[in-house]
Amino acid sequence: MTLDVAWAIDWTRRSARVVTEHREELIELDRQIGDGDHGENLTRGYTAVVARLDALEPAPVLVGDVLKLVATTLMSTVGGAAGPLYGTAYLRAAKVSATPVLDSAGVVALLEAALEGIVARGKATTGEKTMVDAWTPAVEAAVAAADAGADAAAVVAAAAQAAAAGAQATIPLVATKGRASYLGERSAGHLDPGAASSALILQAAADSASAGGPVAP
Amino acid sequence: MKKLINDPQTVVAESVEGFGLAHADLVAVHTDPLYVARAGGARAGKVGLVSGGGSGHEPLHAGFVGLGMLDAAVPGAMFTSPTPDQIAPALQAADAGAGVLAIVKNYTGDVLNFETAAELADAEGVTVRSVVVNDDVAVEDSLYTAGRRGVAGTVAVEKIAGAAAERGDDLDAVVAVAEKVIANVRSMGVALTACTVPHAGKPSFDLPEDEIEIGIGIHGEPGRHRIPLASADEITEMLLTAVADDLVLAPGEKVLLFVNGMGGTPASELYVVYRRARALLSERGVEVTRSLVGNYVTSLEMQGASVTVLRLDEELTALWDAPVHTAALRW
Repeated sequence: MTLDVAWAIDWTRRSARVVTEHREELIELDRQIGDGDHGENLTRGYTAVVARLDALEPAPVLVGDVLKLVATTLMSTVGGAAGPLYGTAYLRAAKVSATPVLDSAGVVALLEAALEGIVARGKATTGEKTMVDAWTPAVEAAVAAADAGADAAAVVAAAAQAAAAGAQATIPLVATKGRASYLGERSAGHLDPGAASSALILQAAADSASAGGPVAP
Repeated sequence: MKKLINDPQTVVAESVEGFGLAHADLVAVHTDPLYVARAGGARAGKVGLVSGGGSGHEPLHAGFVGLGMLDAAVPGAMFTSPTPDQIAPALQAADAGAGVLAIVKNYTGDVLNFETAAELADAEGVTVRSVVVNDDVAVEDSLYTAGRRGVAGTVAVEKIAGAAAERGDDLDAVVAVAEKVIANVRSMGVALTACTVPHAGKPSFDLPEDEIEIGIGIHGEPGRHRIPLASADEITEMLLTAVADDLVLAPGEKVLLFVNGMGGTPASELYVVYRRARALLSERGVEVTRSLVGNYVTSLEMQGASVTVLRLDEELTALWDAPVHTAALRW
């Protein structure tokens, strides 16, 4: 089974829905170790993404078309650190998925490019209590699943599961990048909001892959 | 939460609209994308100065657009840096052929968005140089943090670099002056209460009635140390000592002493802080030759203050004294 442009559109709409559903939770996580705007900013960004997706003419043909629209919209509406980080992730992912369908290797390439974008922009590495701590295990799990012969949907599912575990694993970490780093030791004991939203977005990708059909906007 | 707002989603746009109406002689407000430029546009041949950041810190930055300071300011959402598609047009608007200096506060979001915007403006043929203000001594500048934050010292950088641009310095020279200010300015702040961001609806951190946060930034984020409430003199001593030690001030040096309110502290209390800070500098043999006291870099309605010291030489003093005519600073 492969993933096509309908999956990319569904993933985008689901992302907007889960981010909005978890708005308060993300605000609260960010309030504890940051400045409390993460849920607000992502909701604003993804709401704009859906509006532009609805207005898109002609309909996108390539997976990368959808991801590029997400990238440019998030960069121009989110602000903060999350805008450039997610924007760069989607932009890099769009470049490697300029095809109508993705097989498992294509999904791995998409996720790897996204992670590379986040690392290039934010200059963070694993263990610094950032979204990299969700994306890195997600990519590793995707590579392992693809190597084991999993199809595209199963690769996304493996990535989502690993991202969720990676996000939870940020709880005991002391932040050394981003605004939470100002708290020093006091940042330990809190789930990183960027890792949390990354896990939500990757779970949306997995849900779209397993549902195999469009959802209501 | 009690606030004089209509809707958290529109508060920034409505506030900037009002600002533009009130100061139409000084600024022109562009709404899509949102940025504030000097009325009448950039002056031919002058280096343009642009700054920006999250809203909620007023009068920073739009309040400093005008003669002798900024050519454009870019307000982001509340406590959220502006986006590249806001910043890039502001950089272009400020360009009058001599290039543009972007003054960026060291916060991850500001740095990333200005970096992206500078690339966009560069692609449109605008020469952009950036300086990053990092005056907050509360944050350890090391591999283990995002580096010291940019806080109230930003006002000094904007004023002095603005004066240098106004007198006709070229881009390299304006950058050099801005970096000289950054190298010689240090700040540290205290919060007595947290502030409430409109869209969050509750205080940005929980602070018991009898405790204060030492070393806060300006985005409502918690500081590094929480201590029991102390007297104004004791708190001032903590702030001033940290600032002066970091600057390694020697007897005989001249400084600008700037006591900045976070938005919810009355001027009377700021002057209590100023009084003690001045005495402490005097004890060190340091002469305060210029002063600024008031709400210039705020955090919404937060109660608290920051103490900023800038080491002055003749050049910086002259540039500080140069005429300025903006909504929030003029002489």
